[in-house]
Amino acid sequence: MSSKSKRKLTEALFLVPTLLAFVMVIIIPFLYGIYYSFTNWQGTGAATAWVGFDNYKAIFREPGFLHSFLVTLEFTVFNVISVNVVAFIISLLVTSEIRGRNVYRAGFFVPNLIGGIVLGLVWQFIFSNILPQIGAAIGSQLLSKSLISNKDTVMLTMVIVNAWQYAGYIMLIYVASIQGISKSVLEAAEVDGATYWTRITKIQIPLMANAFTISLFLTLTNSFKMYDVNVALTNGGPTALFMMKPVQASELLALNIYQTAFKYNNMAQGQAKAVIFFVVLTIFSIIQVSYNKSKEIEA
Amino acid sequence: MAKQAEVIERMAGSKPHKGRKLALEIVTLLLFILFMMPFVIVVLNSMRTNSEIINEPVGWPQNIGQLWANISDVWNNPTFNFLSALKDSVIITVLSLAVISIFSSMAAWVLVRNKAKWSNFLFMMYVAAMVIPFQVVMFPLLTWFRTVGDFIHIPLLRSYQGIIFAYLGFGEAMSIFIFHGFIKGVPLELEEAADIDGCSRAGTFFRIVLPLIQPVFVTVLVLNGLWIWNDYLLPLLVLGASGSIRTIPLAVQGFNGAYVKQWNLIMVSTLLAMLPIIILYLFAQKYIVQGMVDGSIK
Repeated sequence: MSSKSKRKLTEALFLVPTLLAFVMVIIIPFLYGIYYSFTNWQGTGAATAWVGFDNYKAIFREPGFLHSFLVTLEFTVFNVISVNVVAFIISLLVTSEIRGRNVYRAGFFVPNLIGGIVLGLVWQFIFSNILPQIGAAIGSQLLSKSLISNKDTVMLTMVIVNAWQYAGYIMLIYVASIQGISKSVLEAAEVDGATYWTRITKIQIPLMANAFTISLFLTLTNSFKMYDVNVALTNGGPTALFMMKPVQASELLALNIYQTAFKYNNMAQGQAKAVIFFVVLTIFSIIQVSYNKSKEIEA
Repeated sequence: MAKQAEVIERMAGSKPHKGRKLALEIVTLLLFILFMMPFVIVVLNSMRTNSEIINEPVGWPQNIGQLWANISDVWNNPTFNFLSALKDSVIITVLSLAVISIFSSMAAWVLVRNKAKWSNFLFMMYVAAMVIPFQVVMFPLLTWFRTVGDFIHIPLLRSYQGIIFAYLGFGEAMSIFIFHGFIKGVPLELEEAADIDGCSRAGTFFRIVLPLIQPVFVTVLVLNGLWIWNDYLLPLLVLGASGSIRTIPLAVQGFNGAYVKQWNLIMVSTLLAMLPIIILYLFAQKYIVQGMVDGSIK
């Protein structure tokens, strides 16, 4: 064998493992997934028949799914705001001249190391046991009952837990960005008499535009895909009324998809919901890519 | 003049500066205590009996020795089986990381060094695939893995090889993307020199390129490692909630389902589940933080 063809063979072999896994784990199931969403697939070996758009028509008439969709959008909006605000405030604190800032930086990241199932359970205990007792002690009507079993506050608990978990990660991105701002710019502003507040709003924030974009899209997709915390903290409950039908007050899309398939044994409709889920996420990414492109032209 | 003096004074760290610094320090400390509260609650309630918790959720442990009683209860509990879950989590995470990092770096290197249309197409396909959420492939993946497993007589469901192969599939696109960006900046001259010296193509990669791209391995290992270690949904589907292989998140959720409202035991189970990663963080904090930052910015 010539050295050139040997070279080619080596390179081809280098591509095989990832390509094989990619085709077997992503491409084939993905194509099957699109196909199944147009059939009456049951997930077993049973014969499947083409049903056209029936699954899609059915899910868009289903109050549970529509509610889940709206709640997910609501959660995403509130979560993106709260995570980024908390993360930004912490990043300013841990890059200021305070003592022990490195310890704080490391500490605020800790919730991010731990999985959503474990954290969800811990917070379920806090919301259903610790807070009600504190609420009763201070005579608060709202707090003396579990915030999780109240349909009006259950989404608030999801936002609190996620802000607590995710802010430490986004903080790291902001800290890296703040550290990238040259010291001399800030010192020059200080010599010119700029106040602390002016330095933050007029210098730091504009120079951090890139970090804001990254964090925004990271939290956006993270919120939209939220699953673990949802399962362990609320498991979708309690019941609420929507379009005059009972629905699960805090059931986000990812959980709704899972439940459709395994709790209600409707694999084909679950798959159709997953396709909708994919389409929405793709739209998010297209917006992100085109936004980044437009910024590259500016720069 | 007066203003200049004031500035000099301020830069030297005298009064007005000191007051602000103290205020910031107090705010940060309070916020930090608030952030750490859930962990404190876990530890304190791991030291109590369940009736103590039910009667008075907010309270100090009566007897620290209760911690060992609770831990031994949970440790020896067959539903939780912590050691076996720890073993499975370690096996799955370590082997998945090994195959993801080695195979992805190999593929990224070949894609960077070939300027042909096909390599560009392949790379773009990996980039595009990063958009595909797990949810849209998870149901068909189960059926497909069952079919293939039956066909090749190697089970892909409820087996180590199946879940590790799945993690390779889900983790490689992002990893190839990160390696690709880094390898582009590695000078070609070294590889050419190795080539002239008669080094094989594989030898060039493993002896020349691999040592050079070590820094980016940290990023790939940390990003994938945290995700795989804490992942719940893929193990739930591929391994099953009651299979013989169970990762820590599966064990915690299973235990919680079996011991509803036994809060002291549930708190101990979460404490045990947290410990391995927190201990790792104490030693590798610098790398974990650096990996998370690099991974998000790239």
